[in-house]
Amino acid sequence: MAELTYRDAVAAAIAQEMERDESVVFIGEDVGAAGGVFKATVGLLEKFGPTRVLDTPISEQAILGVAMGAAMTGMRPIAEIMFSDFFAVSWDLVANEIAKTRYMTNGQVTLPLVIRSGNGGGSRFGAQHSQSVENWAMAIPGLKVVAPSTPRDVMGLFAAAVRDPDPVLFFEHKSLYSLKGEVEDGEILDELGKAATRREGKDVTIVALAAMVPRALAAAEQLASEGVEATVIDLRSLVPLDVSAVAASIASTGHLVTVEENPRLCGWGAELSSIIAEENLFDLDGPIVRVTTPHVPLPAADTLEDAAMPSASRIVEGVRRSLA
Amino acid sequence: MSTIPDTKDSAEASVEQTVGWLSRMLLIRRFEERAEQLTLRGKIPGGVHPAVGQEATAVGVASVLTTADTVSAPHRGHHHALAKGMSPDRLMAELFGKATGVSGGRGGSMHLADFEIGFIGSNGIVGASVGVALGDAFAAHYRHEQRVAVAFFGDGGVNTGRTWEAVNLASAWKLPLVVVCENNLYAVETPTAEVTGGGSIVRRAEGFGVAAVSVDGQDVGEVREAASAAKKRALAGEGPTFIEARTYRYSGHGSGEGPGAYRTVDEIEQWRSSRDPIMRLRAALAKAGQITDDEYARLETEADREVDEAVRFAEESPWPDE
Ligand SMILES: Cc1ncc(C[n+]2csc(CCOP(=O)(O)OP(=O)(O)O)c2C)c(N)n1
Ligand SMILES: [Mg+2]
Repeated sequence: MAELTYRDAVAAAIAQEMERDESVVFIGEDVGAAGGVFKATVGLLEKFGPTRVLDTPISEQAILGVAMGAAMTGMRPIAEIMFSDFFAVSWDLVANEIAKTRYMTNGQVTLPLVIRSGNGGGSRFGAQHSQSVENWAMAIPGLKVVAPSTPRDVMGLFAAAVRDPDPVLFFEHKSLYSLKGEVEDGEILDELGKAATRREGKDVTIVALAAMVPRALAAAEQLASEGVEATVIDLRSLVPLDVSAVAASIASTGHLVTVEENPRLCGWGAELSSIIAEENLFDLDGPIVRVTTPHVPLPAADTLEDAAMPSASRIVEGVRRSLA
Repeated sequence: MSTIPDTKDSAEASVEQTVGWLSRMLLIRRFEERAEQLTLRGKIPGGVHPAVGQEATAVGVASVLTTADTVSAPHRGHHHALAKGMSPDRLMAELFGKATGVSGGRGGSMHLADFEIGFIGSNGIVGASVGVALGDAFAAHYRHEQRVAVAFFGDGGVNTGRTWEAVNLASAWKLPLVVVCENNLYAVETPTAEVTGGGSIVRRAEGFGVAAVSVDGQDVGEVREAASAAKKRALAGEGPTFIEARTYRYSGHGSGEGPGAYRTVDEIEQWRSSRDPIMRLRAALAKAGQITDDEYARLETEADREVDEAVRFAEESPWPDE
């Protein structure tokens, strides 16, 4: 066991995979010599050299072009898009090329690549550097979408992403980079599409992702003091989506609250809610409540950003509405 | 606040105008130094990209612009905003996240805008500023308005495709666009020369059929001359101009970053001590007998006073309503 920060877990996860497999290379802006603008890739250039860790210009389309073409002919590239907002700059590569090529070639080719990116709000960087765009990715058939909430999961899920035959968008939450957590020694490899139950409670099921997981847990603590026991499920990936874990939980609690950082319209919680409503309606004893960021760009001012993003108290309120 | 007198299309300037540029550069310098300190003290939550060292590029270009001419800026854009005439009070309040900020606290350091003064926005996405100015140049052309649109961007932006899409279209349509690349040698910690094919940014621009020139960005007069020629060309219907202004940032990429391992302290010191735009203009004015030490000291005091006042304004302003 060692205690690692989320950011150090990223570097350790990349190193674990690069050591194991020579076809893994890592490219992006300021990822090598600078160690990443979030310092999540420190030491990789020194360890693996400039033929495997490559600093690029500010050319998101070229970065993903490299990743795609190399993946199609047998390599396993890891590409970084510095802030997930910048996916928009290279969305053709993601949505039209990388996501669809396996299908369009009738399976002649797979694209085993990972695009990792700093996602999410809380850093007061304003509307173009704070978005939670996991729901953009979820809307495109052909992509896997992963978003860890703990250092340990960064390691296990990242390894799974690199070894997956299909393209994976790996969303690291910027506000979690300094979070510390226990990470077991030796190789860590998880399976994509398995949710984790972070807390067991009989009264309500709160489903969250990435930075919303600690907030959901804080809300659960607060609820416990009022005599409400919440289960908190960390989805860990949106595609594949562990619907059965959520369904099993609400079969006993009868209440579902989703906590999403993405703006409200077409957030992942809407998809999950519709599945549960369609397949598990009669397990529910109250309305499904979605706690989300409202449908606005994220403001820069700290007071406004805090008001926009789901807080523990808004989650508590959401639970009360579901139980009412 | 002092204002830079409009000079329309002449590059010739009066002593009063030249002293005006000096005082504006001092204001930018002091504002940026203070903004960086305030970030470290937790007053500016999202931090800033300080433009200390790059004052002359913004002031030199703005010196030939009227209010009708517009400026579109990148992430490092406080100096462009102040040069175009943005109120330091409202800029500082924006950085603090206050209701009185130019964008009511909703924008932040990278998303400044004041349409009253023709500052049509700074932008957090590298390369975006050029496309925005392209559209405004189109609007000016379409409505037969005698004005230009100016886009600033950094050397890092020369390697994103959209920059050149905009330059090409402005060239093909002969739009009144002035594109100013502030080449400060680095994009975050990446030396641009190491990741840029072909070497010369100006030659790249020439490939799109636009007038292109490289100037000493630490010489406000040289920047102004190039901007003046570009504006003339644009207003004569001869299309866009591309200006590379060779400049340097003394601070880190973002507030609170040290010199970094990607460049030497010596290099920073070299730029500071031998090419500083404020020092050089002061020396030129002094040599011509146009400014005394006392007068210069007064300009410094005035810049400090304006920045003090901006901080006080920001401190005392209310938080925005949710
Ligand atoms: C499309 C895009 N990619 C990456 C970034 C992150 N980023 C912000 S500033 C910057 C460097 C920009 O360098 P340059 O254009 O030279 O401007 P400077 O910071 O030197 O003023 C980078 C990579 C971004 N904002 N937008
Ligand atoms: Mg630069």
